[in-house]
Amino acid sequence: MSTTDTIRKTVRLEAPLARVWDAISDSRQFGAWFGAEFDGPFTAGTTLTARIRPTTVDPEVARLQEPHAGHAFEVQVTQVEPPQRLAFRWHPHGTGGPDHPDDPTTLVEFELEADGDATRITITESGFDRIALERRAQAFTANDGGWTHQLRLVARYVTGAR
Amino acid sequence: MSPQSRPSPATLAGVAPVFTALGDETRLHLVSRLCQEGPLSITRLAEGTALTRQAVTKHLRVLGDAGLASSRRHGREQQWHIEARRLAEVRRLLALVSAQWGDALGRLATFVERDRQ
Repeated sequence: MSTTDTIRKTVRLEAPLARVWDAISDSRQFGAWFGAEFDGPFTAGTTLTARIRPTTVDPEVARLQEPHAGHAFEVQVTQVEPPQRLAFRWHPHGTGGPDHPDDPTTLVEFELEADGDATRITITESGFDRIALERRAQAFTANDGGWTHQLRLVARYVTGAR
Repeated sequence: MSPQSRPSPATLAGVAPVFTALGDETRLHLVSRLCQEGPLSITRLAEGTALTRQAVTKHLRVLGDAGLASSRRHGREQQWHIEARRLAEVRRLLALVSAQWGDALGRLATFVERDRQ
């Protein structure tokens, strides 16, 4: 697997496995921390529409998400395996959409593992190599609340933190 | 990478011209052709498009200024090619996706850990 195809992150959360599973597998709770509202529960084989709705967890991030509230994106839920695996496909920010419905999707996987009273969570997003160069470039420059928004969010987050 | 790590402002400022240069359908098309067929002359790049040679030249200059493309004299013509290293930097921005997940994980941590307080 090439290094440009996959992003993987692991962190230890000071909360029991069952609590973390609820937070990622219940689409309402997922939306609360992520900053989105889903139109249904995470059930394998279903496609949900999500809309940006500012996170309830971090007021600073919420303020940055606010201008994009309502921006819609689709999530295809591929796997729900309590209490350790949740996976969905989506168009990475800025790709796909009405003009490019056939763009390949990336696969986002959440894996949980108990670590004493705490939980190890690993997020993997893969499939970036299947996105053509020009489309990937566009993913960085899309104007419709995609990557540009994300980059701006990061940029403002960085500068705001100083 | 810790959940809170983020790209530095310098990193973001450094890639901003690249975003601007690629934020245009025509230039993306030119980049795509140069990647697949390059090096190419302005005449070749204009062929089969609605673009004039002047328009192609203008777009190539924007790509050139962003460090994404450059030209070399080849006989009587300038041949344009892609600067692979600069494109590699664009690819590296995948790191930004990673940073975003890092931030999201930070929020998840706040969400699940606050129950304990």
